[in-house]
Amino acid sequence: MEVRMPGLIATWWSQGRRTVPTPSDASRLPEWFRGRPVLQPERCLPDCHACRDACPTDAVNTSPLRLDLGRCVACPECAAACPTGALTMSSDHRLATTRRDDLILDGGPARLAQAMESRTRRLLGRSLRLRQVSAGGCNGCESELATAGNVVWDMGRFGIQFVASPRHADGIVVTGPVSANMEQALRDTWEAVPAPRILIAVGACAISGGVFCGSPQCRDGVPADLPVDLYVPGCPPHPLTFLDGVLRLLDRLG
Amino acid sequence: MTLGPPKSFRNGQAVPGAAIPTVAPRAFRDLVIAACASGARVCALYALPSGGEVTLHVLLAHDDVGRLSMLATRTRAGGSFPSMASALPSTQAMERAVFEDHGVLPEGHPWLKPLRRHPALQAGSGTEPGGPQGPADARRPEHPFFRVEGAGVHEVAVGPVHAGVIEPGHFRFQCSGETVHTLEIHLGYQHRGALARLVAARPAHRTAIAESLVGDGAISHGLAYGVVAEALGGVAVPERALALRQVALELERISDHVGDFGALCNDVGYLPAASWCPRLRGDIQNALGLLTGHRFGRGFLVPGGLIAPVGDDVLAELARVLATFGREFTQVVSLALDAPSVLSRFEGTGVVSQAVARDLGLLGVAARASGCDLDARRDHPLPGCRPLPSAPSVQATGDVLARARVRVAETTRSLERIQAQLAAMPDGPVRAPVGPWAGDAVAVGLVEGSRGQVTHVGITDANGGLAAYHVFDPSLLNWPGLAMALRGQQISDFPLCNKSFDLSYAGHDL
Repeated sequence: MEVRMPGLIATWWSQGRRTVPTPSDASRLPEWFRGRPVLQPERCLPDCHACRDACPTDAVNTSPLRLDLGRCVACPECAAACPTGALTMSSDHRLATTRRDDLILDGGPARLAQAMESRTRRLLGRSLRLRQVSAGGCNGCESELATAGNVVWDMGRFGIQFVASPRHADGIVVTGPVSANMEQALRDTWEAVPAPRILIAVGACAISGGVFCGSPQCRDGVPADLPVDLYVPGCPPHPLTFLDGVLRLLDRLG
Repeated sequence: MTLGPPKSFRNGQAVPGAAIPTVAPRAFRDLVIAACASGARVCALYALPSGGEVTLHVLLAHDDVGRLSMLATRTRAGGSFPSMASALPSTQAMERAVFEDHGVLPEGHPWLKPLRRHPALQAGSGTEPGGPQGPADARRPEHPFFRVEGAGVHEVAVGPVHAGVIEPGHFRFQCSGETVHTLEIHLGYQHRGALARLVAARPAHRTAIAESLVGDGAISHGLAYGVVAEALGGVAVPERALALRQVALELERISDHVGDFGALCNDVGYLPAASWCPRLRGDIQNALGLLTGHRFGRGFLVPGGLIAPVGDDVLAELARVLATFGREFTQVVSLALDAPSVLSRFEGTGVVSQAVARDLGLLGVAARASGCDLDARRDHPLPGCRPLPSAPSVQATGDVLARARVRVAETTRSLERIQAQLAAMPDGPVRAPVGPWAGDAVAVGLVEGSRGQVTHVGITDANGGLAAYHVFDPSLLNWPGLAMALRGQQISDFPLCNKSFDLSYAGHDL
């Protein structure tokens, strides 16, 4: 032990403190990050459908220009295809919404997630336990959700934590396009969570089916009869996008 | 019936479908078994229905000479072929998939259980995977979970929804007290019908689907698709793109290995490394983001090269980031693998012998940790790329420690390889146009991903359209390795063993 301790302490020292500051509207991700698409419909050329044709998930519509973040897989294709810069990508990580319609971008101001009603917020706002259900997720979203709990993003400091049982949970976080083989397990897990409970759909797959939309083996995301409280788009969403959305829902964004 | 020697070709080549030697079903089985007895390996086995007939293809790898070969046989729709799974356990899952997808019966298969489509689940009638199966095919016997009987024997069922933030699967243990007699791994919950989506998609959109087959294998699967498309389209990828793709592939490997090493430390309660490794992994994901614009490398690869050029300033920054990472990772590993509390849990836990590894056809880390010297980067290099001189690490003990050591050695070697490539990065374009695809052809792409060899096979119709696409993720072959590793272990070591294999559910279920 007396040989090892200096190594451990020295490593501790040199690894340093890595936790990022409390997320806020001023939080910034690197320039390379493909976050919120920026639409400038006034720049569109007449009869140009280059962005629409380039999109692998039919997320883009032209005439008028619209982009459905719930289907968008954040690939570079539409922006690369646009001849005029009417559609570009920004590194803005704030993408989560509380209403499905708010995910449809039209070039107007961003409509971000709203705080939930005050009674539920009082109950869950300072301690939110979530059960994660992957239903056909490829391990992209799952991996980024796990990252949200590591020393860098440390969602535990906000009282948010993933738990091992739906009985201990205040809500579930669904990833994946909801494969037919997981639909029942997803419903059973949801039913096992005591009320009041919330449902968070994470990633293009859980919101719309993503690249698997239309597959007979999938349900195109969270079934319509389950009430989604927060949509976190992306493929996968960055851990900061997830944190930003949940903190807005809890009205705790610093 | 004339038997030519099986036509041989290299990774990333397209061969005319008509050039694949076709033999009778029994000769097909005997030839494959004989080839494997003299060192070949089954990489793929799949069925292609057409009219009232079904054609079976097998893809064999001859690692010692760096060649691939294919063999075909035919049977009528709804017919059968003699199973080779008893002689070659590595084919058991592939034969089950052939039966499940096309109704062609592998006669004499020892365990013809549904692989991905469980009738009970598909009907939405319940989550009990051992429950009654629907009337999918009267020729399939029912397959309740294997049971050990006797005083004190008990059963533990886990999943499909797991306690952690991971993908779903069901594990059924037969135990006496703490000791596991058998583990049966029951997957299929993730089945998304991904390959049918890929075939139906417009050509420009297929890479996005390939990248979504396995989230943390986006580069290896995207690249394997690219190799297939480039073989069919007859394009030579520019040198700079080839080099940058290899950099991305090695970054993906480092990211997965470092994450796994941290998770192993977490499972044995060595918290310093369990805290540091996820942060270190994040640095590598950000490095991949710097290079590709995405933390998993999506949207970077296109058939023919890369979607956009990468500036030399980015490469210089990458080299700096990786130098720092290398120092910090070495610190963490040397502390962890010097801690008695870590070694005592890693050593001798979850052993897979070399014989079992070879029989099951294990790939990647799982194979190399059990003494099987396989690495597609050396044996089947990507077209236009120099082969790796040797596999980074082959261990003899087959335990958790061996798998951890292989991951550490591969991380170090990948860092060296990236730095060498960055230092000698060729100039020039990064994308070449892909021509129309060859008609009636079969093309193979093998890529050594972080879990092992990823195999993609594309088959075109007479007009060069994609007729069928088959993917064999290393996890398909490696899951039974985990089941074998658990025999005689404590059930409490399951998370540790599971993490040491780190297999993909989505890659298995597709």
